[in-house]
Amino acid sequence: MENLYTKDQGQTKLVKAKPETIRFLLSYSKSLNITEVDGLQFESNLN
Amino acid sequence: MVVQVEDSQLVKQYIQGDERAIEALINRHNSRLTGFIYSKVGDRELTEDIFQDTFMKVIRTLKRGAYNEEGKFLPWVMRIAHNLVIDHFRKHNRMPMYNSKESYNIFSLLGDDKLNAEKQLIKEQIDSDLLRMIKELPEDQQEVLEMRIYKDMSFKEISDNTDVSINTALGRMRYALINLRKLVEANNIVLTN
Repeated sequence: MENLYTKDQGQTKLVKAKPETIRFLLSYSKSLNITEVDGLQFESNLN
Repeated sequence: MVVQVEDSQLVKQYIQGDERAIEALINRHNSRLTGFIYSKVGDRELTEDIFQDTFMKVIRTLKRGAYNEEGKFLPWVMRIAHNLVIDHFRKHNRMPMYNSKESYNIFSLLGDDKLNAEKQLIKEQIDSDLLRMIKELPEDQQEVLEMRIYKDMSFKEISDNTDVSINTALGRMRYALINLRKLVEANNIVLTN
């Protein structure tokens, strides 16, 4: 019977963002601080 | 029984300062969003970058209190990702790039399907050999073969045109091919390009 399956196994892998990307986002979230002064918002990153 | 907290509830918790809520949201939609971005850009690294930029934007918007609770969370995140994909292609002034892989090769679309000079000569030789052998077949078989192969007629059309039944037309075609094979063997002709 004709082989209908791709040899490129990578195509069937579940696509997900890497754990280091998730870690970066969580650190970014924790470090991000929004301060509001006179109706103006200021972003700061506290590392 | 595990009760799944709604996205809207997690968003509310995050806005109130619960950092674990954003982790839950990212993990919940990781696969779906990554797949969505990857389907547009077709590149793993770029997908990772756009995924990261998307959630950075989500985090900033939520922390600034600018998130509109009326809409659903996931479609909103998808829209941000979609806009970032468009920004990327605008910045690079090009359309989505396709990588050359075993399963997909751009040159198979762009390739020149004309035969080169050598193959053209071989094809002409095969055509003339075949024509010579067809002429050696009985006339009724020649007629069916010509209608089927060269005129691309169906056996129904052949049967209507030759005033014979479909079975007879099929039989003539079968004998025409059997006889052609015999002629090929008898004349030691190679019919491959």
